[in-house]
Amino acid sequence: MTAVAERKLPALGGFSPQLLALELRRMVRNRRTVIFTLILPAVFFLLFGTGGDLKTQRAGEGNVTGYILVSMAVYGAMLAATSGGAMVSLERAAGWSRQLRLTPLRPMAYIATKLTLAMVVGAISVLVAMTVGAFAGAELPAHAWIECGLLAWVCSLVFGAFGLFMGYLLPSENVMQILGPALAVLSFAGGLFAPVDTFGHTFATIAKFTPVYGVGEIARYPLVHDGNLWIAALNVLAWTAVFAGGAVWRFRRDTARV
Amino acid sequence: MDGVVKRFGAVTAVDGVSLTIRPGEVVALLGPNGAGKTTTIDMLLGLSRPDGGRVSIYGRAPQEAVALGLVSAVMQTGGLLKDYTVEETVRLTAVLFGRGRAQVDAALERAGLTEIRKRLVGKCSGGQQQRLRFAMALLPDPELLILDEPTTGMDVSGRHDFWSAIRQDARGGRTVIFATHYLDEADAYADRIVFVRRGRVVADGTAAEVKALAAGRTVRATLPGATVEELLALPGAENAEVRGDQIYVHARDTDPVARHLLTRTAARDLEITSRNLEEAFLTLTAEEQS
Repeated sequence: MTAVAERKLPALGGFSPQLLALELRRMVRNRRTVIFTLILPAVFFLLFGTGGDLKTQRAGEGNVTGYILVSMAVYGAMLAATSGGAMVSLERAAGWSRQLRLTPLRPMAYIATKLTLAMVVGAISVLVAMTVGAFAGAELPAHAWIECGLLAWVCSLVFGAFGLFMGYLLPSENVMQILGPALAVLSFAGGLFAPVDTFGHTFATIAKFTPVYGVGEIARYPLVHDGNLWIAALNVLAWTAVFAGGAVWRFRRDTARV
Repeated sequence: MDGVVKRFGAVTAVDGVSLTIRPGEVVALLGPNGAGKTTTIDMLLGLSRPDGGRVSIYGRAPQEAVALGLVSAVMQTGGLLKDYTVEETVRLTAVLFGRGRAQVDAALERAGLTEIRKRLVGKCSGGQQQRLRFAMALLPDPELLILDEPTTGMDVSGRHDFWSAIRQDARGGRTVIFATHYLDEADAYADRIVFVRRGRVVADGTAAEVKALAAGRTVRATLPGATVEELLALPGAENAEVRGDQIYVHARDTDPVARHLLTRTAARDLEITSRNLEEAFLTLTAEEQS
């Protein structure tokens, strides 16, 4: 047996590339995750973004198809980030979190792993949507392809926090069955599926306070150079604070029970 | 463990347990359901904090000992993820403990999982999942292995396979503590048996000592005015008790005791019962109650 003195703790509390690789492999094995986070946004784009004269109508520096593509990329990144964060719910329900407490994995390293995973899948989702878009007639200036994609991806971190919060809050094995429709409603309310200016005045005002609004506005900014970035940024920061705060609160309760 | 106490609201689940486990021992924590076995184990593993007393493993706090892999466990409730394969689950554990492929293969081999290593956990039987937990527990090569009701829900052959894996492993000198409410398991696999009931240790001894407790029979009879001293003087009597008019005499061979009582005393209403482990166990725990 290994002598007592020779034993040491893993670096970074157990956060490691090998762990991420294993978790990613498992996540991709789950067909539902793949369909909902990688395929669905691209399909939505093809359904709602390429018909009729959308390709010829202009939107900022590109066409409307491009505008819708960015929105769908945001939607995909958001779904991926949320489902990545929400994995904690399933793992707690299955008792896996308890099993992990018998390993050197620190709770913070566990959270970091889930968030990184969420962001990796989010990046893949954005890439898939952008690739489909490029072949399906979306027109964006070169800088906007990169900037919109990056912004959609980075801002989806707020939904990683949202997924974590919900994952700790809802002790359900199928938390995404609740969160999926919830995200769709929030996307409508936040002007991701239809521009906010097509809403009435009241709804347009309410939209600015919903969590999807800020992310969408920021991600589309390199394309349209329109809207108030400050309000959008404030929106993203405020919701990140709310969700991250909620996640930390539930997470503390969860580990205190240890 | 020293004077460990754990309360859940008004219920005291563990009430002042002090135990010292020596390296290399195989110890059974034996008790009925709700005796505080799992609570005790949770505290040993740092999964819950005692409300009083102190737990230390190789001089360290439990959580630290767990993180270092000094102690590992097969939990009654420890969950597994259905969409990992058997091998991936063990590899994940290996990654966390900083162990390599060789140790993964060794753990799979020792837990008898080599043939089903590519199988998804969700498709494994209860016994196979339990052996997977065992493989995970073996991975850090712990000094102390803790098993909480490890064979609950297994069929006979699953139970047999599981215990042969454990027994083979313990030959290498590993310290093992296992909780069980099966007396035969405690008897067959432990060097030392610790009885717990209502959160207290009510007996602690070798399996042989426990067997001695269980050996022989008890004569019960009605004999007003008898004293313990008189009864102990009976031929072959090892233990005696007087409860009101009732007398209880324990002996390896009870025939001479019964003959004596019936022919030389006014004893009547005589009854001879054998004490198996179960009864020894119940007697021990009942004494604690009164």
